[in-house]
Amino acid sequence: VPLDIYLNVAVGGVLTGLVYGLMALGLSVIFGVVRVVNFAHGEMMTIAMYIAVTLFSVFHLDPLVMLVPIAAVLFVFGYALQAGLINRFIARPEHSQFLLLVAIAIIITNVLLILFGPDSQNVQASYAYDSFQLGKLIVDATKFYAGLTAVAVTAGLFAFFRYTSLGTAIRACADNYTGAMVVGLDVKRLYALTFAIGSACVGAAGCMLLLIFDVTPAVGPAYTLLAFVIVITGGLGSMPGALIGGVLIGLTEALAGLLFTPSAKSMFAFAILVLVLLFRPQGIMGKRAA
Amino acid sequence: MSRKPHRHGRDFTRRTVTAGLGAGVLAGLAPFNIVRAQGAALKVGVLLPRSGVQAGIGQDCQRGVDIAAGILKELGMPALQIMNGDTETNVDVARSRAEKLISDGAQILVGAFDSGQSTAIAQVAEQKGIPYVINIAAAPQITEQGYKFVFRNFPTAGMILSDAFANQKEVFEAAGSAPKTAVFMHVNDTFGTAMKGGIGTVMPKFNMPYSLVETIAYDPAARDLSVEVAKAKATGADALLMVSRLNDAILLTRELVKQRWSPMAILSMGPGWYEDQYLKTLGKLSDGPLSFVPWYDPNKPMSKTLEAALAKTHPDLNLNTNHVYTFEALLIAADAYKRAGSADPKALADGIRGTNITNNVSPGPGIQFNEKGQNDKLKLSAIQNRGGKLVTVAPKVAANAKVEWPLKPYDKRG
Repeated sequence: VPLDIYLNVAVGGVLTGLVYGLMALGLSVIFGVVRVVNFAHGEMMTIAMYIAVTLFSVFHLDPLVMLVPIAAVLFVFGYALQAGLINRFIARPEHSQFLLLVAIAIIITNVLLILFGPDSQNVQASYAYDSFQLGKLIVDATKFYAGLTAVAVTAGLFAFFRYTSLGTAIRACADNYTGAMVVGLDVKRLYALTFAIGSACVGAAGCMLLLIFDVTPAVGPAYTLLAFVIVITGGLGSMPGALIGGVLIGLTEALAGLLFTPSAKSMFAFAILVLVLLFRPQGIMGKRAA
Repeated sequence: MSRKPHRHGRDFTRRTVTAGLGAGVLAGLAPFNIVRAQGAALKVGVLLPRSGVQAGIGQDCQRGVDIAAGILKELGMPALQIMNGDTETNVDVARSRAEKLISDGAQILVGAFDSGQSTAIAQVAEQKGIPYVINIAAAPQITEQGYKFVFRNFPTAGMILSDAFANQKEVFEAAGSAPKTAVFMHVNDTFGTAMKGGIGTVMPKFNMPYSLVETIAYDPAARDLSVEVAKAKATGADALLMVSRLNDAILLTRELVKQRWSPMAILSMGPGWYEDQYLKTLGKLSDGPLSFVPWYDPNKPMSKTLEAALAKTHPDLNLNTNHVYTFEALLIAADAYKRAGSADPKALADGIRGTNITNNVSPGPGIQFNEKGQNDKLKLSAIQNRGGKLVTVAPKVAANAKVEWPLKPYDKRG
């Protein structure tokens, strides 16, 4: 296989991995602060993808242009979900939280099935078939735009948590729940905000992934699983870890498909997960539990 | 102290009365059931992948069910009561739905498009002794198990390959050129694996002008096929030999465009490339691929009836394999029920075994089953996508157009 093919495949894998990373970032942020594992993560992303499909088919609005409004819709959805439902389960056993979120996931899937039917849907953006050629390197335009946007959104999120007082307050909740309550922080509201931010992340990722992949109501669980693999690999609760995990999984899948057999590429992604669990259980960027 | 005298026999209680009445009613109804079945609609459990990865094709097969009622009525066939089952593109679900339909009263099963799902349904049908007519599924082993209640009016992988290679040679001859190398890409499900196994044994018999330089298997549920296409492109092969499904056929075409690779020909030996969803989703990029598939004989009167019926309900759709073979499965069920005069499973199975339908749609002499329950007289066609329509380019007896060769490069389609 010529070297340029390896390069093309690797670049494609990294770009796809960046979007995977953004999707997983939402899961990581929610777990890092609220300590609730969102088992409806992939299904929430399909909501965003279907909103983007509808806006495109009715108004011809590009998913990348609609990224901010759709992320805002998911923000509101996430806030309402946490404030209205999940906050009541925070103190309950983990299996109760698991059942609640799995139930939400099933409801989302079936509502989407009723509304949109089982057929796969996609958007045919004007640049859907474009690619950039740099010498022998051919870069898929949609993956390039999606990857670039994922980096920008992640950087914005990082800055928010690092440099704003609200972000600092949220991090305080994550670091010390009791301490945050003692200093007068409205923890439940901050939890709802965090869940909303995580949901907005997955909304943005959905807009970008729609440019690369088709959507059906049934794809949610596959994305939830993928997000788990990524955040566990990168480190549950770590923001840079989610992005690194995403890139690592994207790159592994791409190169394993080229070097070995494409039908076994997911196996290699799971092999990475197993190796991480064996030799660095806290994940690449995760902190070891005290 | 007095004792009640012991009575011989059972006490006459309300329970006895109820049991007696129940037994009487059942006994009274038993012969009535058989008589009634002759006039009543036959309960047909139609199992299709209506959701999941194959949902698009499953729903397309359903259109064949939808248009069948009117045509069967015109043919004087008995009415069918359709009981729908969704396999969710999942083998285990297919098995449990088959069991559920039978427990709900289905007297015959039809479906299920996919070889893996059909294999599972065949096992249930045989175990329960309920006839099962496969509409579409090509894995040879399904009709090699010695089943007595399983019938297939669809070619096996071996039959598909033999006819496909014969038709390919005819196309190459008509075009005046042929590829010298090809990459074989296939889905790694039951059908794809059976086709891969068959290629190794069937292809050498046909002395094809091309050799396979690479074989690439992939997951039919894959979200991204960029790596697969990159690997195929790297071989520099002249043609792509495909065994795919619908979603992956669309993904592959998109990747061919993005990776700027236009092979001389795309030769498909499975579904995907001729489906209406493929044509609509890709527009002018859908033109050109050749599909060597079980199709329909456009010259048969029943084909025209089916085309007209589909045009009435779905004017924007082309008649295709999914509609044709699903319709024919129902035709077989209705015909057998009519001749058997009973919904008794064994009588129905015997009726199907004795099928001889010549007024049909699929190419070949008609519908008959051999001792294994396989219609081994079916023939394939070579069809080509042309401006959102499908034309038959081989064999000559069923052709209505000449092949356009080679594939027009994707970057020169405006």
